[in-house]
Amino acid sequence: MTANDRLSVFKTYKLFVGGKFPRSESGRVYEVTDAKGTWLANAPLSSRKDARDAVVAARKAFAGWSAATAYNRGQILYRIAEMLEGRRDQFVTEVAAGEGLSKAKATAQVDAAVDRWVWYAGWSDKVAQIAGSANPVAGPFFNLSTPEPTGVVTVLAPQESSFLGLVSVIAPAIVTGNTVVVVASEKSPLPALSLGEVLATSDLPGGVVNVLSGRTAEIAAPLAAHQDVNAIDLTGAGADLAKDLETAAADNLKRVVRPSVTDWLADPGTGRMLSFLETKTVWHPIGV
Amino acid sequence: MKNTVFEYAPAPESRAIVDIAPSYGLFIDGEFADASDGKVFKTVSPSSEEVLSEVAQASTEDVDRAVRAARRAFEAWSALPGSERAKYLFRIARIIQERSRELAVLESLDNGKPIRESRDADLPLVAAHFFYYAGWADKLPYAGFGSNPRPLGVAGQVIPWNFPLLMLAWKIAPALAAGNTVVLKPAETTPLSALFFADICRQAGLPKGVVNIITGDGSTGAALVGHEGIDKVAFTGSTEVGKAIARTVAGTDKKVTLELGGKAANIVFDDAPIDQAVEGIVNGIFFNQGHVCCAGSRLLVQESVADEVLESLKRRMSTLRVGDPLDKNTDIGAINSAEQLARIRELADAGEAEGAERWAPSCELPDSGFWFRPTVFTGVTQAHRIAREEVFGPVLSVLTFRTPAEAVEKANNTPYGLSAGIWTEKGSRILWMADQLRAGIVWANTFNKFDPASPFGGYKESGYGREGGRHGLEAYLASNPKASEK
Repeated sequence: MTANDRLSVFKTYKLFVGGKFPRSESGRVYEVTDAKGTWLANAPLSSRKDARDAVVAARKAFAGWSAATAYNRGQILYRIAEMLEGRRDQFVTEVAAGEGLSKAKATAQVDAAVDRWVWYAGWSDKVAQIAGSANPVAGPFFNLSTPEPTGVVTVLAPQESSFLGLVSVIAPAIVTGNTVVVVASEKSPLPALSLGEVLATSDLPGGVVNVLSGRTAEIAAPLAAHQDVNAIDLTGAGADLAKDLETAAADNLKRVVRPSVTDWLADPGTGRMLSFLETKTVWHPIGV
Repeated sequence: MKNTVFEYAPAPESRAIVDIAPSYGLFIDGEFADASDGKVFKTVSPSSEEVLSEVAQASTEDVDRAVRAARRAFEAWSALPGSERAKYLFRIARIIQERSRELAVLESLDNGKPIRESRDADLPLVAAHFFYYAGWADKLPYAGFGSNPRPLGVAGQVIPWNFPLLMLAWKIAPALAAGNTVVLKPAETTPLSALFFADICRQAGLPKGVVNIITGDGSTGAALVGHEGIDKVAFTGSTEVGKAIARTVAGTDKKVTLELGGKAANIVFDDAPIDQAVEGIVNGIFFNQGHVCCAGSRLLVQESVADEVLESLKRRMSTLRVGDPLDKNTDIGAINSAEQLARIRELADAGEAEGAERWAPSCELPDSGFWFRPTVFTGVTQAHRIAREEVFGPVLSVLTFRTPAEAVEKANNTPYGLSAGIWTEKGSRILWMADQLRAGIVWANTFNKFDPASPFGGYKESGYGREGGRHGLEAYLASNPKASEK
């Protein structure tokens, strides 16, 4: 029997929640196809309960992750890049199939995604140096402003850019100490679900990133209304859904990032990091 | 006082982990080569006086060759996208982490510092420094130096022997991140870790000529600093040599940063937690045998607690273990060279001659190598040489004060201004003191803390420019557009 005759082993794609790989508690899956409609895999069709479980996992991870040193978080993000580099081929295959790209174009997407982890790894111990400040108040006071992570962030990953776009919305949220619940591209969720396998082997504490697949509108609604979610990135929502979700998010004044047209290959800037940071200012008197 | 050190079984770190070649050439343009005139010098282990290796003494011709190699490499290196330079630096950081035990043992052998410090302080900081500046390489427009910051060109860097590999990291990491290429000269007595770093550059696949390492004595350093082909001078060392460098570069376009001597005041108020302060005093002056430019070499203690602090300090000093740098129990290792030992002895003798009272615990010292007991002088006045001159050894001078204003007056009464320490429970007083002190780093209720994210550098004759942090980038970036680009 030659290698070509060998029957391949399919992967069961699962969610990534709290550092573990559960199926949807609902027992549901949906069919994922390539651009031509050929079956690729069955992905978990997450329920509202899965979404709530993911928020619990993210909240549980927040204390430890936000208290880790910036240096430590940077090392872990860099480790993700190292792990991803070794699995480029797998992601190129998944991105090419899911997004209907040539191998060369899919490779460019995956390479850029690896480099994006490196870019954000470097920000961990620098963002406070550009977003914080020593404030010269008119009085004998020490006055220092520093950024702190907002908390649990729900991210609706971009629908089209299933991997580079995904990495580009997860990394800026977690590098500063937030934890996230990310809803994968509905049509092409496989790279997101596989990313969980990379995150699980990169020293990233369980629960810092939680990946759900399924119907974006169905999963996003309970997340936007969830009282223990502090911010929501609506990138993967269409205009109507985004408006509904933003309205729901107002109930506990979640920080909201609205959808916008983004070139994922361009310099990402600092906007996404700053969206999920609070500024804390400390006053202290000066005097003998 | 009787010897109160607990008996410990020796716990030596194995030196088998490091393989030192009998001789090393100069690392120029990615290759090791002998000096043009074939001259070499020996590097010895200060704890045993054993010859570790022979290294090349770079001639002016070699310096010129190194600078030209760096210049050739500059064009391509500076034209790389920052994200690619970043990845080279991340690779270097990771390889340093992987080889950190080997490098720690090497550093302790060549320098004489305790393995506990080279393993737990030097090497982690070296890797972290490369990691930190790696991250800046593709973020330079965000650093606050204009939207299009550019590298300077070739940096000539001369570093001291007290933290050989750490000083290399402080010099090379920001230079490369900003897009410069470098020629670095390690100190004459501690060349080995820089030569091992050359091998790390090879493993990382760093393009040839981006990092060049030339070994030699002061004449090599002078030739490098004076070379017309360099755009930037970065020096860490004595104030005397720093001033000579400032004179050498006068009238040129070379950008300069100088990291020089210090005579830091470590100020203890009567409300300070005494045990914690004593640990800080010991760490401040005996860390790295006192071979630290920011060492807390002047203890200013409030009169009302002076006796209590001194008694506690002496008791603590009696437990310090002086000896084999490779023993994991050692607190204080060897003095780096016979020359430095002679200088410490001369100043300590002057302290006694001028009337200060000298005390050191009775600890046994090894028969060979260069050693000096941890020593404290009391009854020191501001006029004494040991209160004014940098000893650069394990010698502490104790002065007293009554009011915060007097503490400030005495602390600032020095031509130096590198660092200072404040020990008090009162937050507002910490901040008031920090405002008053003319020093680049002020540690409150701690001492000798270093981090790549935190700028380091001095006021006054402790030098100028900052290394570390966002501020450290400025030393390697053109702050103004060139005339032709205006």
